[in-house]
Amino acid sequence: MRSTRLVTVALKSIVKNKMRTLLTMLGIIIGVGAVIVMVAVGEGAQSQIADQIQNLGTNMLVITPGSSNAGGVSQGSGSFNRLKDTDADKIRSESAFIAGISPVIFTRTQIVGGNGNWRSTVHGVSTDYPVIRNWALTSGRFFDVAEERTGKKVMVLGATIAENLFPNSDPVGQKVLVRNIPVEIIGVLAKKGQTPEGNDQDDVALAPFLTVQRRLSNFTFIRQILANTYSSDDIAKAQEELKGIMRESHGLAAWEPDDFEIKNQDQLSEAAQGTTQVMTMLLAAIASISLLVGGIGIMNIMLVSVTERTREIGIRMAIGARGADVLTQFLIESIVMSIFGGAIGVGIGIGGAKLVASLTGWNTVVSPDIIVVALVFSAAVGIFFGFYPARKAASLNPIDALRFE
Amino acid sequence: MNDTKPVVEVKGIRKTYVMGKTEVHALRGVDLTIEKGELIAIMGTSGSGKSTLMNIIGGLDYPTSGAYLLDGIEVNKLGKNALADIRNQKIGFVFQGFNLLARTSALENVELPLLYDRTHKIKNHRKAAIDSLTLVGLGDRVDHYPNELSGGQQQRVAIARALVTNPSLILADEPTGNLDSRTTVEVMQLFQELNAKGITIILVTHEDEVARYAKRIVVLRDGRIIKDALQQPDSASADLVKLIQRQEIEHDEPELAV
Repeated sequence: MRSTRLVTVALKSIVKNKMRTLLTMLGIIIGVGAVIVMVAVGEGAQSQIADQIQNLGTNMLVITPGSSNAGGVSQGSGSFNRLKDTDADKIRSESAFIAGISPVIFTRTQIVGGNGNWRSTVHGVSTDYPVIRNWALTSGRFFDVAEERTGKKVMVLGATIAENLFPNSDPVGQKVLVRNIPVEIIGVLAKKGQTPEGNDQDDVALAPFLTVQRRLSNFTFIRQILANTYSSDDIAKAQEELKGIMRESHGLAAWEPDDFEIKNQDQLSEAAQGTTQVMTMLLAAIASISLLVGGIGIMNIMLVSVTERTREIGIRMAIGARGADVLTQFLIESIVMSIFGGAIGVGIGIGGAKLVASLTGWNTVVSPDIIVVALVFSAAVGIFFGFYPARKAASLNPIDALRFE
Repeated sequence: MNDTKPVVEVKGIRKTYVMGKTEVHALRGVDLTIEKGELIAIMGTSGSGKSTLMNIIGGLDYPTSGAYLLDGIEVNKLGKNALADIRNQKIGFVFQGFNLLARTSALENVELPLLYDRTHKIKNHRKAAIDSLTLVGLGDRVDHYPNELSGGQQQRVAIARALVTNPSLILADEPTGNLDSRTTVEVMQLFQELNAKGITIILVTHEDEVARYAKRIVVLRDGRIIKDALQQPDSASADLVKLIQRQEIEHDEPELAV
């Protein structure tokens, strides 16, 4: 009852002194607005990368050839390739956690047909590949197990090839020449966009593994094996299990190091997100300084306001306000002003983030978390920087305060 | 009104300020008893100790020694918060400078003391404030802001604010110091009317013009009471009639006597 009345008094005082209120809130408005925009830019970049990583597939594990060691000098990953499609077959038959698996082999070549020709990469994969990569088709179908087993000359085109060779028409059923071998197009993949590194994921054609290995190239060793688990909880266990199967498959003795690498999606995304995380932190830190300055601004104006309002405080005390009443009123005023300023700052921040997005084309994300954090922080600023002036007001002697000119 | 207990009982009050190395004796043993329903003027030149006495009676300050009883409560033994409550419940202040809150309507100004009332004896603040403003003749100006009111009207708002908690006494410090002679008489007329309704009023003033409307005069000098006498007060309403007759042609003030 009493506190609600004091809130009313504080609100009235805020509303009645619009200029003073606005000046007090300005620092917080700018500070919170800056924090929201900065963090939105940073999180936007992060979410873009996260999207792209997610875009690679679901619950995915990637096995790549390991690095070789020549006289103590590491030759880097892929320098010593003993990865074979038989590894994939062994995993398929022995693993308990793996849902789908696909060896990946690829060859860069010219594809001739339709409108002309297009240089692209033909991937040899298994039927599990579109599931692992979470990749849909816009037209036609993916090849089936029988086609895979017999190495049929069929192919699914990525969106980029389809657009270039068959603009404005459906290529399904058409034939193209790959290394002078006619291949039938049975489907077109949905657009996936670019990788974080800027590679066009749609500039690709998918064919059965055997077709690519036997007819379009003659590789024994393969580039990578993709696998996925049934659920994200299994990823760690699957990683451990795959390691054992792979070591057995390669006949490695206990003292020999792995000649392959197994990475999961988190490990892939961690590396990519590391830098943006640092950037987000840095931007937030800079913006936080402006919020701190805003808080000091509140204290500044509140202190001036206590002096300016000495007489008012004297009157209130003379007619029966306790020190605690005055303290509460001033504290509520500063908290309300900083929360309200914070709310306006959030609004401006959201608008600013949209503006930045439309001006620069960057992805900006205003998460609810940061809004809550900004509001809580502004309230804390209000309490922290409002307390000293409020205490100063409450400790005034009513006689002196009344005499104050 | 049948209560025989005095409203104010000041017994041997001393107040000493220490300023640097010198001690200033503002009050050197003051005894004063004020009964219910009195209209008393405390007079004295500046430095006589009247402001100090007023601050102590008003519960704004503590005496160095001696006892002060307000409605039988030993005020000098109360803590700061209890003293604030005493000011809120038992004392209505009227100041020389009106001391209304700016940008705050007459009604809100009068409601202000009720905000700090911890006893919640008055439930309907708005009604109490309007009643109080009506009592001082401003029932039609409740929504006016101080800067829209004349000096006399502002002081009436201040008096309404002092009355709104039904205090034991009204303590007016140079209530007419900022007013012209006619408004002075008008305000004094209001005080006399309120006193006639049984409200105890203490006027602290150095002007004889004000003191002559009081029923009792106490004069302070050098921290001691040198005179304490009852008198036949002049009638402010009679004076006002004379004043209006004299000024009728020159002045055309919209603010008429109640």
